[in-house]
Amino acid sequence: MEIKVKAKVIDQEGLQRTISRLALEIVERNHGVANIAIVGVRTRGAFIAERVVKRIQETEKHKVPFGILDITLYRDDFRKRLRQPLVQVTDIPFEINDIHVILVDDVLFTGRTSRAALDALMDFGRPSSIQLAVLVDRGHRELPIHADYIGKAIPTSIGEEVQVRLMETDGEDCVLLVEAPKEVN
Amino acid sequence: MPLQQKHLLGLEGVSAEDISLILDTATTFREILDRPIPKVPTLRGLTVVNLFYEASTRTRISFELAEKRLSADSVNFTTSTSSVKKGETLKDTIRNIEAMKIDMVVVRHQAAGVPRFLTQCVDAAIINAGDGMHEHPTQALLDMFTLREKFAKLQGLRVAIIGDISHSRVAGSNIRGLKAMGAEVMLCGPKTLIPRDVEKFGVQVTYDVEDAIAWADVLNVLRIQLERQEAGLFPTLREYHAEFGITQQRLERAKKDITIMHPGPINRGVELDADVADAEYSVILNQVTNGVAVRMAVLYLLSGNEESVS
Amino acid sequence: MNEIKKAKALLLSGGTIYDASDGSHKRLDILIADGKIKQLGTDLADGFSGEKIDASGHLLMQGLMDMHVHLREPGREDEETIESGCAAAMAGGMTAVCAMPNTTPPCDSQEVVRFLKKRGEEQLVEVLPIACVSKKRAGAEITEMAELVKAGAVAFSDDGNPVANTAVMRAALEYSSMFEVPLIEHCEDPHLAAGGHMHEGWMSTRLGLPGQPDIAESIMVARNIALAEYTGGHIHIAHISTAKSLELVRRGKENGVKVTCEVTPHHLALSDEALIDYDTNLKMNPPLRSRLDVEALKIGLRDGTIDAIASDHAPHSIEEKDVEFAAAPFGILGLETMLGIILKHLVQTGEMRLEEVLKKMIIGPRQILGLPLPRIKEGEVANLTILQPDAAWTVRKANLHSLSRNMPYDGWELNGRVLGVVNRGYFWVAGEARP
Repeated sequence: MEIKVKAKVIDQEGLQRTISRLALEIVERNHGVANIAIVGVRTRGAFIAERVVKRIQETEKHKVPFGILDITLYRDDFRKRLRQPLVQVTDIPFEINDIHVILVDDVLFTGRTSRAALDALMDFGRPSSIQLAVLVDRGHRELPIHADYIGKAIPTSIGEEVQVRLMETDGEDCVLLVEAPKEVN
Repeated sequence: MPLQQKHLLGLEGVSAEDISLILDTATTFREILDRPIPKVPTLRGLTVVNLFYEASTRTRISFELAEKRLSADSVNFTTSTSSVKKGETLKDTIRNIEAMKIDMVVVRHQAAGVPRFLTQCVDAAIINAGDGMHEHPTQALLDMFTLREKFAKLQGLRVAIIGDISHSRVAGSNIRGLKAMGAEVMLCGPKTLIPRDVEKFGVQVTYDVEDAIAWADVLNVLRIQLERQEAGLFPTLREYHAEFGITQQRLERAKKDITIMHPGPINRGVELDADVADAEYSVILNQVTNGVAVRMAVLYLLSGNEESVS
Repeated sequence: MNEIKKAKALLLSGGTIYDASDGSHKRLDILIADGKIKQLGTDLADGFSGEKIDASGHLLMQGLMDMHVHLREPGREDEETIESGCAAAMAGGMTAVCAMPNTTPPCDSQEVVRFLKKRGEEQLVEVLPIACVSKKRAGAEITEMAELVKAGAVAFSDDGNPVANTAVMRAALEYSSMFEVPLIEHCEDPHLAAGGHMHEGWMSTRLGLPGQPDIAESIMVARNIALAEYTGGHIHIAHISTAKSLELVRRGKENGVKVTCEVTPHHLALSDEALIDYDTNLKMNPPLRSRLDVEALKIGLRDGTIDAIASDHAPHSIEEKDVEFAAAPFGILGLETMLGIILKHLVQTGEMRLEEVLKKMIIGPRQILGLPLPRIKEGEVANLTILQPDAAWTVRKANLHSLSRNMPYDGWELNGRVLGVVNRGYFWVAGEARP
């Protein structure tokens, strides 16, 4: 499939800086790191979350609890699929009751993924608060959801797509604005 | 790669890839069972019928729990009508139930081939929860899941299935599944309870339980039914225990680590001694817990809705 | 549906007469008047003004006979009647059938034999009743065999059931031997076969269905041959299905025992491997056997151990068969497809010659039952089958003449089109729609 790249909106250095800033804001907003945990949404959100955790550790000399959430089972487009997507393990190795959980994802778009992630997280307990951190907010919300931390807001048209490419999954660090591939059925 | 099956009628012909996919998916669901709220909304709006023509407590409860943990609506249709000729035909029953808009059917029946027959009667996805002496695929899947949990892989593992192989659908599915996954299988029981030409599955057969113990990494011990004695296939439960019972002494004599499985319910003191069933090398209760996770995985993977994809 | 017609004069022109009694082939026309062969000759069409059948490219032969048919009348007229069964027989090229006695009531009295004869009177196909060995087919007391033979029974059988009690079987063989009619036995040890839905072996193990071992048949065959030898009676083994039984019959014949046997087309064309999808249309008794058995049966048919081919035509209603395998009754249709299956699976494959298999349906059954062979001679009753042996046709369930549909051959391509049959002053010509 041919993907037409329209612009590189964040490059490698920019990505590092953005993540550092997100880490800083999280610490600042929560007055430290005492009562927070970071949970990333599979797949790319988890890697971004991991980097945020690492950045916080570098500056604060404290490793905040870190978990990974797979939201496949909470999606609302379930019955529209012919075959079920692979489910991966959710790994939250700590109690989430009475702490501030920062949910990390790569792109905030319609809000449906975040809604699913919130539902999934709630099934693990009752956190004091849940805050949402995203690398990119591209608009077009379909649900009343907003992010508490935004790496970069990128206005897009519906025919465009934001691709976050990470070392861990794609071999490079950058964010691209591409033309949405045509639906092939 | 998604699951290459529309139904789960048995493990015959199911590839190692599909079995692995089910077991991998079950790993995820196993984790859900340990959550404070062991429930996900995945199958909301989906209706599953548990059609049980044979008394079964644990398999039905296991499926029912799996359905509830996935937020499916489930209905039970249980009948102990032993005569298939009396009353409404199976086809009429299933078509009537389908007319009430159901999506999946979990079926247990005393006659082999009933799950396949149902696929010819209705469009719903059919899951075999045990048909006659044929297959019981989810039991074999949970057995394999439990073994994988303990041994990490099934390739090369030596599993001896002990007991009434002839009448056992648990054996039927385990043999097929384990062979597909590269495990070695040995069958052991009285010659009257070993089915004809069973070697063609690529399994070994022995009539000496101590040979089986000496050979195996795992013993999957089957329940022996009193009605087989009544049919004259073995003389007494007492002699069965003496010749084929899994006892502490027999295991000690083998001087090796061995894992004990049993599909339940156990006849303590007949096929399995109580101290063996409760020993730390027994994974019988893990099997029960894993059963829910494996059935969740099967329900999830078969729940795709073809109609809404055009 | 094409009906049987009566004609004062009927001409069959352009065909080749095959006479099974001497194996001769002759290009002759046949002129039939008042049901008898009036003239055999060439160019008889000139100036002939009666009914004509153009038999060009066809074989004209003695009418075929199926000695093992379940007509279901009286009792289950929803599944088959004498009329519908005869229509199916004609479509299959038969001019005579034997009606098995497992009806309701069973054919264990003169009244039922006479009823069958009476109902068969208006048919082109001759319906020959087989009466029960034992009263009510219960296997305990033998029937009034002398009276039954006088009323028209051509043989005795409790078909569907074996005569399990060996002493009863001994008495039946001794008693029936006085009338020189065969005792036809469904050979099955009831205890060994109990609960079995298919042949016991690798396939039954795979399918998880209880099986009937091949020895359930052969043990009874051995018993019956021993009894026939001891009593001097004539035992006919119905629907022989295993290599072991066949070997016993072969040895029995060598030893001069009066033992004969028949084989069905399905036991020659299908093995138990066909059951992989639990198709109830493939459930019959004796069950489909292993491939090795199938091969042995073909050899037995070739070397003469097997005397006849018979269909064991066993109609069952759609509702009875549209159930799970274990709940379905045993039985498969056969009248309309027997000839086609044999020609396709034994003749076209080169395993047997056309004439050899035709003899198993013309001479074989009549010899077993001690019935005269129709003769293709001037002055004789015209009893003929008109067949185009290598013409292919496709089985269509919807076009069957039988009232039932329990057969697995829908869509099968078979060989040998039956153009028509002639018998008892009637003739019948197949329409365009065929099974």
